[in-house]
Amino acid sequence: MITMVDKKNFLQNLWKNNPVLVQILGICSVLAVTNDLTNTTIMAISLVFVTGLSSLTVSLLRNRTPRNVRMIVQVLIIASYVVMVDTFLKAYLPDISRSLGPYVGLIITNCIIMGRAEAYAQSHNPVDSLLDGVSSGIGYGLVLLMIAFVRELLGFGSLFGFRLLPESSTSWTIMIMPPSAFFVMATIIWIARTPFKKKSERR
Amino acid sequence: MGVGLNPFVIMIAAALTSNMILSNFLGMCSFIAISKDLKTANGLGLAVTFVLTFTTVLNHFVYYYILIPLGLEYLRFIVFIIVIAAFVQLLEMIINRFSPALYIGLGIFLPLITVNCAILGGVLFMIIRDYTALQGLLFGFGSGAGWWLAIVALAAIRGRLREKDIPPQLNGTGITLIIIGIMAMAFIGFSGMVPVR
Repeated sequence: MITMVDKKNFLQNLWKNNPVLVQILGICSVLAVTNDLTNTTIMAISLVFVTGLSSLTVSLLRNRTPRNVRMIVQVLIIASYVVMVDTFLKAYLPDISRSLGPYVGLIITNCIIMGRAEAYAQSHNPVDSLLDGVSSGIGYGLVLLMIAFVRELLGFGSLFGFRLLPESSTSWTIMIMPPSAFFVMATIIWIARTPFKKKSERR
Repeated sequence: MGVGLNPFVIMIAAALTSNMILSNFLGMCSFIAISKDLKTANGLGLAVTFVLTFTTVLNHFVYYYILIPLGLEYLRFIVFIIVIAAFVQLLEMIINRFSPALYIGLGIFLPLITVNCAILGGVLFMIIRDYTALQGLLFGFGSGAGWWLAIVALAAIRGRLREKDIPPQLNGTGITLIIIGIMAMAFIGFSGMVPVR
């Protein structure tokens, strides 16, 4: 079932065609939760779940959805999965659900999911779409985790709440505050783009 | 959380100290994509402010007078997004009918607004913080105005940057994020002004 093309698409979504770094999609809620690795991990897992399953559902319904109402249908499909995630988090991880606040609900308006549904799932078969959604979600989650890693390590001197840096090291207060998310992400984009640029120049 | 706060304090706080984009990261997608040109940025800012103000109040009534009495709070995400989409659609039709000039200026942004995180974010913050209808109205307006201010400022800065010599890998999104970061630092300066977040 899974051809070479699918595999290539899967891997490309992870890095080379990464939704956040290259396509600059869906950074709305990327940044807000990234000063703490635990929250970020939960957020990333939720996102993979929603992108994967909503791409699958959109693809399954693609021949039955009238073209002019497809946007609203997509939004409703996404919203239904987000409700599931939110309910699950509230029931099993109430503390994390509280600290994520509105950002779980905001997965609905994350452009990445709509973007994949519209650009890929609408015109491909369900299995491919599921894989495409999952890989976009993972690619997105990876960037999220990278930013959170830097911010939590430098801001609190810890990772997943465990203290790693010695007490004597100074915490960077700026890393806990919002502006650092922009700086860290800009740096990651800078690093990520450097090798591609060289390759295209050589050609 | 928001009980008893002066609605005007909430408005100022939403616009400056806890700016939608610079401290809550809401509405980033269109913020980066549409901030290349000052005039377009201004149009989008106006549209966001307008929609945010009204959908916040509308959803306030929907949530407290329809969803809670029926015990359907768990459906709130779906209902909010439908209300926002319907409001935007309605607005588009009304503007088209009564003011074609405004429609041409604003029209292309309206569909984009449905999926702008700032709108849904504003509504969800209002619910989480238990604002009253009046507080919600001014909160929505303040958030929209803050977003508008930020996007216009960013578009103006980007206009100046066009002829500057930027490292090629950083050009485009990279440098834009750094500018937003510096703007966010500048806005932290407001934080002593109002005692609420």
